Amino acid sequence: MNELSDKIKYWNPYIGGALLGVLLFLSFFITGHGLGASGGVNRIAVAVQDMVVPEHVDKSPYLAAMAGGDVDPLRHWIVLEVVGVMIGGFASGLLRNRVRLQTYHGPQITPRTRWAFAFAGGILMGYGARLARGCTSGQALSGGAVLSVGSWAFMFAVFAGGYALAWFVRRLWQPGE
Amino acid sequence: MAPFDLTATLGVTGSYLVYLGIGFGFGFILESSGFGDSRKLAAQFYFRELRVLKVMFTAIVVAMLLVFWASALGLLDYADIMVKETWLWPGIVGGLIMGVGFILGGYCPGTSLVSVATLKVDGMFFLLGHVVGVLAFGETVGYINEFWNSSYMGRFILPELFGLDIGVVVFLVVCLALAMFLGFGWIQRLIYGRGDPE
Repeated sequence: MNELSDKIKYWNPYIGGALLGVLLFLSFFITGHGLGASGGVNRIAVAVQDMVVPEHVDKSPYLAAMAGGDVDPLRHWIVLEVVGVMIGGFASGLLRNRVRLQTYHGPQITPRTRWAFAFAGGILMGYGARLARGCTSGQALSGGAVLSVGSWAFMFAVFAGGYALAWFVRRLWQPGE
Repeated sequence: MAPFDLTATLGVTGSYLVYLGIGFGFGFILESSGFGDSRKLAAQFYFRELRVLKVMFTAIVVAMLLVFWASALGLLDYADIMVKETWLWPGIVGGLIMGVGFILGGYCPGTSLVSVATLKVDGMFFLLGHVVGVLAFGETVGYINEFWNSSYMGRFILPELFGLDIGVVVFLVVCLALAMFLGFGWIQRLIYGRGDPE
């Protein structure tokens, strides 16, 4: 897929951002809290873990709070929201003909290399999001909009981490010199 | 006055439908903004495209202004909405780890979901890694419990930190967003001699 065919189909970022802002406000207004993503993935993962090794889940205070005994980790708003995100993303992609099996990767690397780095990056992202008690959606976006100090510190840390490493891994993303 | 007790108003099924609907809008906007494509997300860190910054900070500013106005008009009770509590250092260290994960993996958790929903294989590997990461955290949190619960500051907002009126802070955040749009755009022109493609 070349860059030319890509760029005609996406929304102007300021319009996308404004719509996202209205949605985030509506979420606060109607439900009392913002948006989230990593927490939902976490709960689905823990639900599977609870099916495979329930005694182990009951023994860990952290896991038991979500899935111990009769507690169902899936009965939580964020799980429904994550399912909605998948359906909404699919619908948007379907309308614009973007639902197709493919790998997005930088021009200098193979899909296989991209997969390895995506997997490794995902592990760090999952671990970091639990440590920080939220991800880009739940912390940076939602906490940032209601002026949480921790969310702003978090947001700058994410950008700092990304920018600090970007130059060293430029071969992953940038076109060749 | 908002926010509402959803389950009491709509019942369990009704509240689930609301969350599904909010999620649908969220996923639709992310995908439509180009966030299902790891190359567009990573491009932010090379100033090649500034979509991440523009979408994110526009959203923060718009939501912040609407929350602020709705509270000022007495339509929304700010004391009753969930403001993420602050555990300062776990948040910063977690954020740094996620920044590294972002530039290596090309997605964040939310964007990887829409990537998977549109069948992107790199998104699938990322999401798989994300699941491994959260399970690893669940297994190791016992060893880092002290740090994970350190520097707790409760519901702590920027106006309290700076000792400023909330209206002043809202104004400053709008200025910061505009300054970043201009500043990042300036760096982008310096490097590539152009603005965002389109």
